[in-house]
Amino acid sequence: MTVAPEMTRWEGTLEELKGLVSPRALSGETVLLNMGPQHPSTHGVLRLLLEMDGETLVSIVPDIGYLHTGIEKNMESKRYEQSIVMTDRMDYLAPFSNNLVYCLAIEKLTGLDVPERAQIIRVIMAELTRLNSHLVWLGTHAIDIGAMSLLLYCFRERERILDLFEMLSGQRMMGTYFRPGGVWRDVTDEFLPELEKYLAYLPGKIDEYEALLTRNPLWIDRTQGVGIVTPEDAIAWGLSGPVLRASGVNFDLRKAQPYSGYETYDFDIPMGLHGDTYDRYLVRMQEMRESIKIITQAKDRLKKATGPFRSQDRKFVPPPRAELGTSMEAVIHHFKLWTEGFKAPKGEVQVMVEGPRGIISCTLVGDGTNKPARVHFRTPSFIHIQAIPLLAKDHLLADLVAIIGTLDPVLGDCDR
Amino acid sequence: MQPRDPVAAVREAFPGAVVEVVEFRGETTLVIQTDRIAEVATFLRDADGLKYNFLVDVTGVDYLPDYPRFGVLYHLYSMLTNRRLALKVRLGQEDDEDEALVVPSVTGVWPTANWQEREVFDMFGIRFAGHPDLRRILMPADWDGYPQRRDYPLGYETVQFSFNYDEIQKHKPFAKE
Repeated sequence: MTVAPEMTRWEGTLEELKGLVSPRALSGETVLLNMGPQHPSTHGVLRLLLEMDGETLVSIVPDIGYLHTGIEKNMESKRYEQSIVMTDRMDYLAPFSNNLVYCLAIEKLTGLDVPERAQIIRVIMAELTRLNSHLVWLGTHAIDIGAMSLLLYCFRERERILDLFEMLSGQRMMGTYFRPGGVWRDVTDEFLPELEKYLAYLPGKIDEYEALLTRNPLWIDRTQGVGIVTPEDAIAWGLSGPVLRASGVNFDLRKAQPYSGYETYDFDIPMGLHGDTYDRYLVRMQEMRESIKIITQAKDRLKKATGPFRSQDRKFVPPPRAELGTSMEAVIHHFKLWTEGFKAPKGEVQVMVEGPRGIISCTLVGDGTNKPARVHFRTPSFIHIQAIPLLAKDHLLADLVAIIGTLDPVLGDCDR
Repeated sequence: MQPRDPVAAVREAFPGAVVEVVEFRGETTLVIQTDRIAEVATFLRDADGLKYNFLVDVTGVDYLPDYPRFGVLYHLYSMLTNRRLALKVRLGQEDDEDEALVVPSVTGVWPTANWQEREVFDMFGIRFAGHPDLRRILMPADWDGYPQRRDYPLGYETVQFSFNYDEIQKHKPFAKE
């Protein structure tokens, strides 16, 4: 038997490959096809080994790790507050959700308080992040399926969100704006008027997208009935976020296990019926409208909420510059925090938040020093890419592109 | 359905399986005997009043210099009772070989554990008995060593002195031939 050239490029052994594809592949009856890691529709460096019978997928073997940067290992050698910057780099389309889960984990481990104003700013930024991520998802998902113009529209609207991020954090994409105990700085004067303008502007644009897609026969043909997940499968495979809700499971951490004051906002959880690609599209579109609702309420509250934007606990939060000139204690705190940081107690905590893609969970193990003993992120992209074979089996190759798009993976999030 | 206390329920169903119960910051962690984790997990998923149907997370921890050296953490969530629970197993004595680090796999209980256990294997070298496809996942297939262990150097090449000559030599790529 001659081995096909595709197989010789498989980095594992032939024995391992035999366990992953059907026996028909080894006799040459089906074809092994390599998709990625450099492929425009894989949303990054995702490699899929496909076994094809004609144009039908027989088995799919995802291969990840091309973007593994050892963030978790790196965090063990850095002080708690130094690692926030790395959480942005994991899911670069949802930086503030990752900031949030890491800061919440530190706050839970150390018992640090977060003032109300900081909570509100966090909610605004987390929801803007969700809008940002969903806009990129819609644009790339649509261009994968063949609707070219949507990408340009979505990136136009996203650009204004990045401008808002820049106003607060100084950076367009990787904000690193959240800090243990609050946020880096208070909202600037020009932020709220710009945010209000944007909130008035975006709903009309979402209507435009829906006018282009929701009743478009081509869009419906490519998405309805594609990649169906039953609710039982979705729960067993750990799917979360819009993918889980599109299967008809009413589960959103913002309602089930609220954090950062989400229980005080009035919003709905959009759900799907069929668990197919079209329902996931509808759920995400509706989620964008719900996010706008949350930001509108938060913005009104922010105007009334006076008070600090960061915890006043000086063992964890450095004093403002002005205090350093008058208070010896402030100088000591400043020096201690910038030279050795703060110490966290020995113990293990786990925190979950609802990111744009699904549940982001952070496990933080403290050992009593100023560096974590272990940080682990459970990222939704990792779990969702695992489920690609479940969704795409027996579909056509062209549907695989729609299925990858609808799961909305970010490979930086997956490989960390 | 009346929610039940998971600690009492597991103690009743599996006498002696619970090694320790840790309460920290409102979280309950059950330390389970290593070889019984799969059956306890099945029970927690299926039993009335518990129904921990959603496995959030599987992760490894290296507690060096403490022994047993490694821990595997499972974070469960019940969508029916809206409660969370953490399970933990500890393994790895001082003189254990890598091959002796074996935990029963929970892939049969929650299919989502498949890749997460592969990641723990990849990063810590903990084997999962009964796992269908235990290969490296994030690191290259021919990688040497387990990067998340506390004694694994971070990135740079460790300088070879006389006191650690043999240890470093072992990890050099050419030394394999």
